[in-house]
Amino acid sequence: MLLEVRDLHVEFRTRDGVANAVNGVTYSVDEGETLAVLGESGSGKSVTAQAVMGILDTPPGKITAGEILFRGQDLLKFKEEERRKVRGAQMAMIFQDALSSLNPVLSVGAQLGEMFTVHRGMSRKDAKAKAVELMDRVRIPGAASRVGDYPHQFSGGMRQRIMIAMALALEPALIIADEPTTALDVTVQAQVMDLLAELQRELDMGLILITHDLGVVADVADRIAVMYAGRIVESAQVHDIYKAPAHPYTKGLLESIPRLDQKGKELYAIKGLPPNLLHIPPGCAFNPRCPMAQDVCRTDVPPLYEVTGAGPDRRSACHFWRECLDG
Amino acid sequence: MGRYVIRRLLQMIPVFIGATLLIFLMVNVMGDPVAGLCGDRQCDPATAAQLRKEFGLDKPVWQQYATYMGNVFTGDFGTAFNGQKVTELMSTAFPVTIRLTVVAILFEIVIGILLGVVTGLRRGRPVDTGVLLVTLVVISVPTFVTGLLLQLLLGVKWGWISPSVSSEAPFDELIVPGLVLASVSLAYVTRLTRTSIAENRRADYVRTAVAKGLPRRRVITRHLLRNSLIPVVTFIGTDIGALMGGAIVTERIFNIHGVGFQLYQGILRQNTQTVVGFVTVLVLVFLVANLLVDLLYAVLDPRIRYA
Repeated sequence: MLLEVRDLHVEFRTRDGVANAVNGVTYSVDEGETLAVLGESGSGKSVTAQAVMGILDTPPGKITAGEILFRGQDLLKFKEEERRKVRGAQMAMIFQDALSSLNPVLSVGAQLGEMFTVHRGMSRKDAKAKAVELMDRVRIPGAASRVGDYPHQFSGGMRQRIMIAMALALEPALIIADEPTTALDVTVQAQVMDLLAELQRELDMGLILITHDLGVVADVADRIAVMYAGRIVESAQVHDIYKAPAHPYTKGLLESIPRLDQKGKELYAIKGLPPNLLHIPPGCAFNPRCPMAQDVCRTDVPPLYEVTGAGPDRRSACHFWRECLDG
Repeated sequence: MGRYVIRRLLQMIPVFIGATLLIFLMVNVMGDPVAGLCGDRQCDPATAAQLRKEFGLDKPVWQQYATYMGNVFTGDFGTAFNGQKVTELMSTAFPVTIRLTVVAILFEIVIGILLGVVTGLRRGRPVDTGVLLVTLVVISVPTFVTGLLLQLLLGVKWGWISPSVSSEAPFDELIVPGLVLASVSLAYVTRLTRTSIAENRRADYVRTAVAKGLPRRRVITRHLLRNSLIPVVTFIGTDIGALMGGAIVTERIFNIHGVGFQLYQGILRQNTQTVVGFVTVLVLVFLVANLLVDLLYAVLDPRIRYA
């Protein structure tokens, strides 16, 4: 297994108290596999990814428990300098907003080339040639003449391509894409997603795709992990989950996708708001919003049950996953 | 860019004329320059009239101004009443003040930015609070107090430095005066850098730089500092102009015969030619410094383009 996150706990100490952002997340990605991590804002999907990358803001963030195994080695036991050498070279991250995530005062060539001069000890000239090569690879027209341009001189889609090129620079084994297409136009979204998927196949990388766009997930993901209030509530193969969700939250998410055959009808929405991470409700965190909630949901935290009979390697953190599957 | 520079240079002309005219008029209202020449005694009316004619003071003000500006453009800044050429005074005073300014600016850049970066990265920690407190004290206490205090302690009591600067004013004698001159600006540079660093360190591109696996040092110098210095450079740039002319207090305390000293003497003795001449040059220095800052802005931040 390329990456295994086991029972990860992250908390943030704020003025108002301790926010439990991640409460025992477990997921894994293999080489060449795409894992989509799905969830609302504040569900802990980005925080988990930042913990994996080792770019969590500490303080206020703090990893209180768990393991992050990368090729069998626990990254949390690494010294900062060892960790730094893993970052960028063996695992890389693509951020949501390419305009603010690229340095405005350095040319894209300098920002791409930096990967090679720092990690590979290349000369500036060779690094620049590599930068042009990368820009070609992500299909930026006229790469050689644009290598000296600055981020603000590119369009949104082109900037996201540069982010992708930067992540791919050293051909890492794992890429974490944190909502890579959210800030883009719909037409450009598809292009960027296709490019990312293609490069992933080519390089046989593991990809963690953090998103709340279920349409994107269906196209590219192999597996899905749905997060709620800092926990995984359901994980399964992508087709199984679309066929029959085994958690009421997933079900709600799927029902809230606009569909053509429901034109004119009111769009379904999960009622209520995501829980305040400072005061996560007792029992199942989803219980105040759940249409299926019973008394047991308000007292007992559901474990991640193994779901049987509805696809391989499937889990759900719902006491009533059987009922959910059936109806 | 070229067109922008030309436009800015052309804009300088009205500013230059306005500023010099203003100073010319102000000096004119200051009083009768001839009266000062005779010291405490009343001037002999015949001699006074003679002198007025000689210096062209009997003509109307606008004519005096026109003659003066005409001369300035040929490099003639006139003659002080004691017979010394104003250009001669400048050639001894400006090198001294430039040296003093260089020392002061170096202090601002090296110490100010260093402290700003350290405190900006450790906001809320004891180092930060301590430095902030010191900068607050430095800003609140007037320069003549810090200057006199340092002169008394370092120069007179402990004898580490000579309390007054010799007329050659070499760099080593200008270190303490330079520090005094820089002190307030240095405190501002520290605070400005601190705020800028603290604000930018949470920026997305800094996170990207960390995610790229760059060493911390490189993240700070190449990614964080470069972006944070833009406002600081603006401040230091305009400060050059201010320091060149505003060193009157410091130059008086340490007996440095620079621009501030000559200006002070000129005003005291109602020496029109000296005052107007020096101020004219200072106006030019200020304008050029400002233009350079604006151009540097575009170098530091490629998003700014002048057309």
